[in-house]
Amino acid sequence: MANEQTNHPTSQATTMNSIPKTYKNYINGEFPRTESGRYYSVEALDGKHIANVGLSSKKDVRNAVQAARKAQATWAQKTAYNRGQIMYRIAEILSGRREQFINEMILLGYSQEAAELEINACIELIVYFAGWTDKIDQVFGSVNPVASDHFNFSRHEPVGVVGIISPETPSLLGMLGLLLPNMVAGNSQVIIASKQFPLPTCTFAEVLATSDVPAGTVNIITGLKSELIPPISQHMDVDVLVGDVSLDTEFRVLCEVESASNMKRVYFWESFISLDELNSSPNETISTCVHSLKDPYHILHVQEVKTTWHPISE
Amino acid sequence: MSEKNSSVLPTQSKQTTVPIDWSYAEAPESISHVTFNKSYGLFINGSFTEYNENQSFESTNPANGECLYRCTEASESDVDAAVKAARTAFEGVWGNYSGTQRSHYLYRIARLLQERAREFAVLESMDGGKPIRESRDIDIPLAAAYFFYYAGWADKLSYAFPGKTPKPLGVCAQIIPWNFPLLMLAWKIAPALACGNTVVLKPAETTSLTALKFCELLQDVGLPDGVVNIVTGAAKTGEYLVQHPDIDKIAFTGSTEVGKVIQRSIAERQLPSTFELGGKGAFILFDDAALNEAVEGIVNAIFFNQGHVCCAGSRLLVQEGVAEKVIDLLKKRMQHLIVGDPLDKNTDIGAINSKEQLETIQRYVKTGIQEGATCFECSSSLPTSGYYFPPTILTGVSQSSSVVQEEIFGPVLTIQTFRTTDEAIEKANNTPYGLANGIWTDKGSKIFYVGSKLKSGVVWSNTYNKFDPTSPFGGYKESGKGREGGLSGLHAYVKLDNNGGVY
Repeated sequence: MANEQTNHPTSQATTMNSIPKTYKNYINGEFPRTESGRYYSVEALDGKHIANVGLSSKKDVRNAVQAARKAQATWAQKTAYNRGQIMYRIAEILSGRREQFINEMILLGYSQEAAELEINACIELIVYFAGWTDKIDQVFGSVNPVASDHFNFSRHEPVGVVGIISPETPSLLGMLGLLLPNMVAGNSQVIIASKQFPLPTCTFAEVLATSDVPAGTVNIITGLKSELIPPISQHMDVDVLVGDVSLDTEFRVLCEVESASNMKRVYFWESFISLDELNSSPNETISTCVHSLKDPYHILHVQEVKTTWHPISE
Repeated sequence: MSEKNSSVLPTQSKQTTVPIDWSYAEAPESISHVTFNKSYGLFINGSFTEYNENQSFESTNPANGECLYRCTEASESDVDAAVKAARTAFEGVWGNYSGTQRSHYLYRIARLLQERAREFAVLESMDGGKPIRESRDIDIPLAAAYFFYYAGWADKLSYAFPGKTPKPLGVCAQIIPWNFPLLMLAWKIAPALACGNTVVLKPAETTSLTALKFCELLQDVGLPDGVVNIVTGAAKTGEYLVQHPDIDKIAFTGSTEVGKVIQRSIAERQLPSTFELGGKGAFILFDDAALNEAVEGIVNAIFFNQGHVCCAGSRLLVQEGVAEKVIDLLKKRMQHLIVGDPLDKNTDIGAINSKEQLETIQRYVKTGIQEGATCFECSSSLPTSGYYFPPTILTGVSQSSSVVQEEIFGPVLTIQTFRTTDEAIEKANNTPYGLANGIWTDKGSKIFYVGSKLKSGVVWSNTYNKFDPTSPFGGYKESGKGREGGLSGLHAYVKLDNNGGVY
């Protein structure tokens, strides 16, 4: 009986040692409810109610973008070493709360093995990207031997504010695959969480909040893609959209079309694994996914190359 | 000095007060050594198609408004033939060549361009209106340099992409503007070919000549048929090219407006694309700068190529304490600028590329004045025929003025002042564009500080409008996506076996 309760921490509370959590948005380092006052019910595979999650609106997108814009310079101006340490700390904190995530994933229909493998992969991926913060310019930057008296160099800078459209599954790994290169890049972001499996992403906000990530660097909102993709792709203060190739064609085209309004950069990466695949061959699918995501070129896509001509004279 | 002299030698001084005529004698570049046809077909699969009078348009010499030659306007089926030729060449020949083989062709192109540089420079000035000094010293030598630089990359690509095996994309559709016709062609074709792609390129409708002459050069080089195809035409031809189902990449240089139209039109195709669009560069002049040099810098930033430069320093931001002095020096300097025949070696400012562009510039200056700006024009006399516009500065403008926010693409400079460094940065970044900015100061550390905060792909310090094949160029924000030139320029033309990414 006691064992069952630990496995279902968010099911109906009958005793004081298990209080279900209210899942909320994460904007500017705080946990506000959606401005819309609406919600949807997240259910276990057997249809049992697990939690109510906010159906965020255009106004939440606006607030989140505003917070992201305000935070972007703060995040980008931290030293590369510092950003690397903060990202590494995210892995430390996540590692310490491993069980909580595994439990949430199991509630959503993951097998024990798939949940464990995914969370391990998440931790591995965060550590991997944390190490890139102070290496990206060493590997991909350049000093350019121009034919004049100038010290000419190119380095990678953040693009700015990014809209991240998470794949539905893998519920946490898919989101992190999109988030981490952007954090290395120095961008700030607004994440639209998985609709069907939002809980791990919502809980990840608690990890961010306790990892010295400056408020507003990462913002998370929950809701329907059909309601959130239009405002984020039309927003004139969003510079990049990233998503997963599993996104419906209709939404992908919408992203591309609307992004022309301010020449947003739009990228779709590949990390989708269906729940069935996750459960039937967790080892193979997750290791393939991690291999695909461990790619520093993803960082380059969400950066701008800035070339400076510096004079040389007596 | 002169006062002292006159007191020592009063009589002699009186005798030499004859006014000296400082005007330059004419120094026109000879056109006797250049030849070109009166009409051109399209360059498809290694040879020219027959010129089609019923489907043609004229290209004028903007220096006199007269027809220079006529081009065939590529139809949908012409574009299709060009893409097919490029596809066949990619699959049958070029795509299978080794990097070493490709590099040999590209080196030869660079060499032949150098050999024929004078001819190409004259043609470029006749067709586009730019001063011969610029086409001779900048456009053509740089075009050759880009081919030479990328030639050397063709067999070294694995070093450019650590951890990856780069592969060509396939057939590249490339659309270039009229401000640097041959140079833009080089920026597009050189990296594409180096990476193993084949191309279909559309020059701008007002400046097709050097692209067509370039085809002759390719025949001399013996470049395999279909590797480079040139289709001439206007917007409609561009649309056929962009919409063609069998292209693998789009590279566009032109206006932000058209760039957005293209992005929308390819939304469903997930086609790799790079865009080099408009700009509204700030030239930030600090009070510690060497002002005379800085004024030369301003002239180069905005009046180079009649201001038909996407990265032009079209907004001067000058620190308040020296503003009056700088404006005074600039006005004096502007009075010595010579607006005239593009083929004259003394000409500083040539002809405006087209009648339409001249009207756009005139309209903008009028709007600026209506919005409260004070206008000062260089008093150089303008030729009576052709399209010309005098170097112009607009003072008394505000950050929200249309002439400050929008790209004019002409020899028109707006001037604003600032007090603090942060104010300059704020103003510089406050447009939808982000292609290039300039900083002029004597303090090296300030260059790095300001440079790191400017949102633009290029930052020039104590210089402006410098280009080099090794130096990446391209914009932030609405100035485009991707880079051309340097190591980054290769990125736009390869497919990486990236562990699963799509872009």
